[in-house]
Amino acid sequence: MRELYQRLQSLFVLGELTEQRANLFFITVEKDRLRPLITHLRDREGLRHLVLLTAVDWLEEGQFQLTYLLCDRLTRRDLGLRVMLDRANPVMESIHDLWPTAATYQRELREMFGIDFPGSPRLDEEFILEGWNTTPPYRRDFDTLEYARSQYAERAGRETRDPETHMRAQLYPESN
Amino acid sequence: MAYQPDRSQYPQPGPDGKLDIDLTSGKYLKLWQGPNHPGITGNMSVELTVCGDEVVEGKTHVGYLHRGFEKLMERRTFIQCFPIVCRICVPEPDFNEYCYAAAVEELAGIEIPEQARWIRTLILEMGRINSYLMYLGGQAGALGQGVIGQWTTYVRDLMLDRFEEMTGARIYHMFILPGGVRDTLPEGFDGRMEETLQELESTLADVDKVMFHNAVFKKRTIGVGYVDPSLIDQYGITGPVARAMGFPRDVRKDDPYLVYPELDFEPVVGKDSDIYARADVRRRDLLMSVDLIRQILAKMPRTGPVMAPLPNVLHWKIPRGETYIRGECSRGEYGFYLVTDGSGYPRRVNVRGPSYTHAMALLERLIVNCNISDVAALLVSLHTYPPEIER
Amino acid sequence: MKPELEKRIVRTPDGQEFEVDPLRDYYCEAAPTVMPAAYGKIVEDLFNWARSQSLWILGFGTGCGAIEMRPLMTPRFDAYRYGVQWRPTPRQANLFIISGYLSTKTLKRAIRSYEQMQNPKYVVGLGSCTINGGMYWDSYNTIKCLDQYLPVDLYITGCMPRPEALLQGFEDLKKLIRAGKCEGANKYSENFDWYKANQKQVIHDWDMPDYNW
Repeated sequence: MRELYQRLQSLFVLGELTEQRANLFFITVEKDRLRPLITHLRDREGLRHLVLLTAVDWLEEGQFQLTYLLCDRLTRRDLGLRVMLDRANPVMESIHDLWPTAATYQRELREMFGIDFPGSPRLDEEFILEGWNTTPPYRRDFDTLEYARSQYAERAGRETRDPETHMRAQLYPESN
Repeated sequence: MAYQPDRSQYPQPGPDGKLDIDLTSGKYLKLWQGPNHPGITGNMSVELTVCGDEVVEGKTHVGYLHRGFEKLMERRTFIQCFPIVCRICVPEPDFNEYCYAAAVEELAGIEIPEQARWIRTLILEMGRINSYLMYLGGQAGALGQGVIGQWTTYVRDLMLDRFEEMTGARIYHMFILPGGVRDTLPEGFDGRMEETLQELESTLADVDKVMFHNAVFKKRTIGVGYVDPSLIDQYGITGPVARAMGFPRDVRKDDPYLVYPELDFEPVVGKDSDIYARADVRRRDLLMSVDLIRQILAKMPRTGPVMAPLPNVLHWKIPRGETYIRGECSRGEYGFYLVTDGSGYPRRVNVRGPSYTHAMALLERLIVNCNISDVAALLVSLHTYPPEIER
Repeated sequence: MKPELEKRIVRTPDGQEFEVDPLRDYYCEAAPTVMPAAYGKIVEDLFNWARSQSLWILGFGTGCGAIEMRPLMTPRFDAYRYGVQWRPTPRQANLFIISGYLSTKTLKRAIRSYEQMQNPKYVVGLGSCTINGGMYWDSYNTIKCLDQYLPVDLYITGCMPRPEALLQGFEDLKKLIRAGKCEGANKYSENFDWYKANQKQVIHDWDMPDYNW
């Protein structure tokens, strides 16, 4: 795994490296440099299995993190590629021509985070939600509880306790 | 001579590769299979465009079971996430618990006791058996053999009894939590488990006779729903679908977790990559799980703790990090991607269900040129569970 | 509006052209009417007794509770002995079991399925998530209180309810039907506007007629 990183470093400009496990690394990559790197990894290094493609919303830093997780099933190693996108204008190059299944992930990211992948098939069709008309729900600034309260009728008499104080009273009564 | 349809009437792909389907021409019919349809696996739907009785285009529609788990978990502390994760996927809930617990343990640096590792493996294998039994019933039911479903549900009920005495619940067990498992095995569990396994084996022998040696079943499944082995990486195919192609891809062997390195097994491999081969791989995999359970019960330690000491779970903060945990569930590779940011809540949880790739991109490709009557069998043979697609 | 729901011109084989409006083509838009009780109490009691003995469930698993339906059909729990059986189409069913949480997308389909069922019809809400949201009380995509959108005759609690609880629920429903208290369908007709307003508040892209059957 280390030698793979060194090999890659001689070919590409790589960002920060995180070594999570002996066979799971995460590397930060520039947005424009992802495509040559991921093609190289797929075709030359045997990381041919796209495990997942997902996003993390770092609201405080104003960035979206895209994670492309690749796996080489013969040598049992995983490599995660992190791409940071500007949260104000989240556009990313589509990789559906490298992995047809990536189109599904990109549809979900478009709907749930509002990240655009120009050229990806059926991107504008509704995937999971239907008739959604506010902030994409997986963004951190979308408050699901507030939305649920404003949208759905609630049954009177339901007691909702603040879980933390309730559990503290139940489990550690002496700490009160 | 086999029936040869007249393909001159079928839509031709245009210059952009898209099929030229003009619904007003009267040649095509749009047909929805699902969400309220007996031949659908759970609450999802497939939008079929048919010409005659042959499908020319199929689109999967999901989202009927979306509850937004990944959002709800961001609002809950690490220990509060534990009761809701199992509800992500109904027929095999334990994998969610295991993957979530393992991800939290890895990021928090918790080592779980030896006995807990064995009990976790036991639960996962029992859950796999349940899931496969449901599959066998569904696969036979999609081709008109209702009796198989009755038999397999009977054995599944016996297995649920074992779950119930172990965990106290039939479906949602909530037994594997970060730090270990809730309890040890009850007294006399091994004997009752052995009885259940013997009943399971005798039922499976009957299923083998009635289902796998049935001329109708063979005729309708052999050669149908063929998946080209070259698609395996492009479409992210894992689990029994990949093994039926001849690739010994099994996370239990490829990337061993829990106590699988200490167990003796070989991935079950088929060679034909059609519906029959996938059903056969799953039947043999089920028998392998029976063998694994026997090995686990024979080898596992019976003393020692089952729960690692946890910090005060109300103030449990996990340092910033990200990880991915995978396991081999009955459908393929199941994984949790967990990101923490140093607070008491997960920053992001992403569930990678195997149906995500199987039921969307792969199914839409396989369904073309399939008969309407084979769509249900094809869908079941990919073993798709919609809740893990949309969470 | 989805493209397949827009009006279109269809040309017949003999050259005539006519316009088809899919939204008006396949459905009846007339609002439902209240089904009056039979003449004479003894006749109505007989009818109710007969109705209670044949509960035919629509096989639409809307949520996770559907997984306990399968054991109910098999010899161990054997709901058939109580006259309960599962039907594949709404036309043949008279009991709609909402098996758990309903996302708004499924709610739309559930409303259509319910309206396609023939009178007399009953709705049973299964699991705590149909009662007050249950586990998903803060979810943005599931409804919290089923009886705002569909007329519920009986709730079965639990997460998820065991098959024994379901059997008990069927028995209770039968008692209610025999007592003539399962008037959900009539309640739906009487308060039709209220139900529709509630449904439309949740379903944002309402692209079907108000009443379709």
